[in-house]
Amino acid sequence: MSAHILAAVSTVDALTFAVSALIVLAGAVGVVVSRHPVHAALMLVMTLFGVAVLFVEQRAEFLAAVQVIVYAGAIVVLFLFVIMFLGVDRRESVAAEPLRGQRPLALVLVVLGFAGLVVLGAEAHWSVGAHSVAGVARGQAGGNVAALGRAVFTTYLFPFEVTAALLVIAVVGAVVLARRPPRIAPPTEEVPFEGADVARPASGEPGGSERRADGEPGGGRADGEPAEPVRVGSPSDPRPGGETSVEVSR
Amino acid sequence: MTVPGAWYLGLSVVLFAIGALGVLVRRNVLVMFMCVELMLNAANLAFVTFSRMLDDIGGQALVFFVLVVAAAEVVVGLGIVVAIFRRRQDATADDFHVLKG
Repeated sequence: MSAHILAAVSTVDALTFAVSALIVLAGAVGVVVSRHPVHAALMLVMTLFGVAVLFVEQRAEFLAAVQVIVYAGAIVVLFLFVIMFLGVDRRESVAAEPLRGQRPLALVLVVLGFAGLVVLGAEAHWSVGAHSVAGVARGQAGGNVAALGRAVFTTYLFPFEVTAALLVIAVVGAVVLARRPPRIAPPTEEVPFEGADVARPASGEPGGSERRADGEPGGGRADGEPAEPVRVGSPSDPRPGGETSVEVSR
Repeated sequence: MTVPGAWYLGLSVVLFAIGALGVLVRRNVLVMFMCVELMLNAANLAFVTFSRMLDDIGGQALVFFVLVVAAAEVVVGLGIVVAIFRRRQDATADDFHVLKG
């Protein structure tokens, strides 16, 4: 039976499917087993490209383009950005297993789920030939892009608008999460004050008093000037310094 | 004749299983996110395959929405990772017990 199917499938299609399936699976395995997060991200790009090829093979050209642009171009870059931000050489010790028996259990669970999906797929009665809800995919005027656009902007208009709201919420959430919380500011203003006691005799206080003793016309400015760098510099300086020092020490 | 849809569905199942295994096994939160992306891609592949098999554009529209949800999820998830990293200086899942109330 498989020979019959193989004979019916054209060589180019079968070859395209085989090669891209191999790329997809190799990339997926690479994501799971690679120790370095950057390698995992690059393997993810490989998988995404393979899936994009499979999309093209199935006449979903627009989604293939979106897959490459949005997934490989934006999401993976975001991943890489965060990896670089958190420190690149942060290798996970794959051998360490803090939770005893987690991996065998995970393997068993995944095999069970896999078997369940395969059995379900083999046993299920696919409703092939059902009446199309959102429009026919093939043979539409304008091709795949027009068909997809028609579906998204007519049948799925409300979900599309909700999607816009979701994106806005995600952006606001990311900004709120990534912003330094403002309630941390008062304690850090106190902590640098102790540090400023060290710094003040060296640069701040004597400098200001000397300038005042010199009788410069900008006495008020000289008063404000030492106070300004200490106040502005202290909330922002110690924390990046602390972060980098911790990162270096690791 | 093109490749039968069952092959694509089989590949999709395998891809989903690999992604699930990664989420369960890995401890680096970033890699876990990538494995979630693998699972989403497996679902997308199945959607596109069904779209072709049933000749219905709805499957591709769903993939469109899945893409948007994936982007939003990644943005918020990575924001959480950065926020926790700022306090804990580490990004393995074991450190996330600080999220307990």
